[in-house]
Amino acid sequence: MSPLLEMRGITKRFPGVTALDRVDFELEGGEVHVLLGENGAGKSTLIKMLSGAYRPDEGEILLDGEPVRIASAADAQSLGISTIYQEFNLVPELTVAENIFLGRQPRRFGLVDRRNMRAEARELLERIRVLVEPDETVSSLGVAQRQMVEIAKALSVNARILIMDEPTASLSGEEVERLFEIVRGLKEQRVGIVFISHHLDEVTEIGDRVTVLRDGRFVDRVPATTDHAELVRMMVGRPIEDQYPRRRSESGEVLLEVKNLSREGVLEDVALSVRAGEVVGIAGIVGAGRTELARAIFGADPVDSGEVWMEGHKIERATPREAKRRGIGFITEDRQGQGIVPPLSVAENLGLASLEANTRVGLVDRRGQRRRAVEMIEDLAVRTPGPEQEIRYLSGGNQQKVVIGKWLLADSRVLIMDEPTRGVDVGAKVEIYELMNELTQSGAGILMISSDLPEVLGMADRVLVMGGGRIQGELAAGEATQEKVMALATRGTETAVG
Amino acid sequence: MASLTERVNPRELLSRGGPLGGLIALCVVMTILSPYFLTFNNLFNVGTQIAVIAILAFGQTFVIVSGGIDLSVGSVLGLAGIVFGWATAVANLPLPVALLLGIGSAALAGLINGALITLGNLPPFIATLAMLSAARGLALVISGGVPLNPIPGAIRTLGSGDLFGFVPLPVILMIVMWALTVGILRSTYSGRCMYAIGGNEEASRLSGISVDRQKLLIYTLSGLFAGIAGILLSARLASAQPQSGFTFELDAIAAVVIGGASLSGGTGTASGTLIGALILGVLRNGLNLLNVSAFWQQVVIGVVIALAVMTDTLRRRRKG
Repeated sequence: MSPLLEMRGITKRFPGVTALDRVDFELEGGEVHVLLGENGAGKSTLIKMLSGAYRPDEGEILLDGEPVRIASAADAQSLGISTIYQEFNLVPELTVAENIFLGRQPRRFGLVDRRNMRAEARELLERIRVLVEPDETVSSLGVAQRQMVEIAKALSVNARILIMDEPTASLSGEEVERLFEIVRGLKEQRVGIVFISHHLDEVTEIGDRVTVLRDGRFVDRVPATTDHAELVRMMVGRPIEDQYPRRRSESGEVLLEVKNLSREGVLEDVALSVRAGEVVGIAGIVGAGRTELARAIFGADPVDSGEVWMEGHKIERATPREAKRRGIGFITEDRQGQGIVPPLSVAENLGLASLEANTRVGLVDRRGQRRRAVEMIEDLAVRTPGPEQEIRYLSGGNQQKVVIGKWLLADSRVLIMDEPTRGVDVGAKVEIYELMNELTQSGAGILMISSDLPEVLGMADRVLVMGGGRIQGELAAGEATQEKVMALATRGTETAVG
Repeated sequence: MASLTERVNPRELLSRGGPLGGLIALCVVMTILSPYFLTFNNLFNVGTQIAVIAILAFGQTFVIVSGGIDLSVGSVLGLAGIVFGWATAVANLPLPVALLLGIGSAALAGLINGALITLGNLPPFIATLAMLSAARGLALVISGGVPLNPIPGAIRTLGSGDLFGFVPLPVILMIVMWALTVGILRSTYSGRCMYAIGGNEEASRLSGISVDRQKLLIYTLSGLFAGIAGILLSARLASAQPQSGFTFELDAIAAVVIGGASLSGGTGTASGTLIGALILGVLRNGLNLLNVSAFWQQVVIGVVIALAVMTDTLRRRRKG
């Protein structure tokens, strides 16, 4: 019997890159098939062939052994293929029921039959055991509930194939468990599920088979029980010996010093310092005020009181421009929204923070800017067809390298890194850690915020734990454990402001 | 002198290629349809006719590249002409002072636009819509609603004189302003900031660019260019008229987008804008030569704007 879905020899080219090179994929009904690969390996491109966003240049797609043509989202829908993307596609102002049936509302005499729509929405939500009222507006829901609504929406078209692109990225541990229960329920109903995730634990827990892609090529198809080290080797193309290769360097004099930083309802009397050669980690749960602290230090948000000192100078007017001039760089958690300038080239993005320093009487030293950018692309091993490539076509890890490179070109001595490896794959992660080593060895200081506890414990020399807008405690690298960090992080929740 | 490889930027060529192709095709068609079209006389005629719109559109390019829009340029052009006319014809001030007042008033209007947007937190559409009304009103107040005469002879020469006996001065001024715009966009700090801000404002701010200060400058520049266009128009008409530049902002915006800039910001070039203005000019001129009625001309221009931007978007999507 032929499988539910089969993709044969799929090839897709974009200007300058072959995104997919004769990739094969298959999916059985009732199976969770994990697509594994680094960013830029071609996972997203492959699933976009199924959702109708892209057409393959070569190769064919078969459903139940029959060749099909998926030229649009409507085609995909009529074939029973539904996709849940990383970014939500819900309209926040509409209700849950309206979102589920958006564009296909049940109608009577040309008008929307609201009662029928509510009833059907309720039935769908019950089917996946989600406790959300159909009449609630989506804007009032939390992230996890929105995810569930997305799933209900995907199922409402009687999907036989469900594609989930990193569905757990924004969920907490408990919510992930609920999601997995739903996925198991769907398996029983013989729905075939394509599952994309960077978390190898999840692969083992929920997956049946794994297809590994690397650089747009099919690597292997293996059972989900395959050893993690082996999976990583297949993804990266080489074994990764040390996930957190921190090399501690001598810490020198204090570079950055923050005193009594407060902002009503957000930050309370925060003090910290970062020395040359040090990686200071900031841990804490979501809402602890970590990103707010980073933005306040960098002058991106106003504060009520407090001082920021850099290399013995007080930063008087708190603006990003002042912070930059004093030698502070800020790598934001939201790379797409706040880090890169999508329509500009890799070279121009690299030059963004050093533009002012390389301007004389209003004129930019463009040739110098370009030369420095080309050097930085080599130094950081940014994988790009060339310096003129628009940055939006680079993978997450390479975009992140460009954002870091931007601050290196601006001669930053202290880098504030907010979730530096979010959405970055295993291989590029290690490269970023190595870069942090080089930076601290050459006398820079790093303030690293991360929700990835193993990363904080693996890379930081000191860990500050935040909760409720305050620093709840400090742990040295040797004594910090997950339990100790969590104990401190949750201590603040009773006094939490938000 | 920049190296050849740096000057022939393939991306720039690409985004200019489409509109340039359209312009060439248009010229070929017009040459076939009218024997008079491809004469020096007529081509300089087209250049003279589009000079005012092109200069307005160069200023508009700064704004659109940075992700904004300036609806007030037509009115600000009118205001600059009237302030200049009042200074010479009514107050009898010396010519340099009158020029300074005329162009300065336009730059000030642009600065106020920028302040409304940055300090007042108004969307550019609203702020410049307010200025569109206010500047036109001021022009009417100052002039009492009637044309102000006479315009000094030196300025009238700018409107009707030639260089070497055959290149009209308005065309020279347009080329100078084009070169200035190329220089600003390519090589100045503010020019590079325009692309960055238009491409991602928050990322620009967090890279240490003073976005507010740059926006003040961008809208002031747009006002300044409108002021220069206003003087040129008074020179051509040999009179300062309070209704000058009415709805010119629409032609200016059309020239910029036909030239390949995106209204969502981050893209656009001075040469693209010049080509956009030329397409509009050649089209009007050609339709006149072919005796198409002014009413039908408006319809044709509307169709061309839609087609130009549609093909450009399609071309880019295929490349992306």
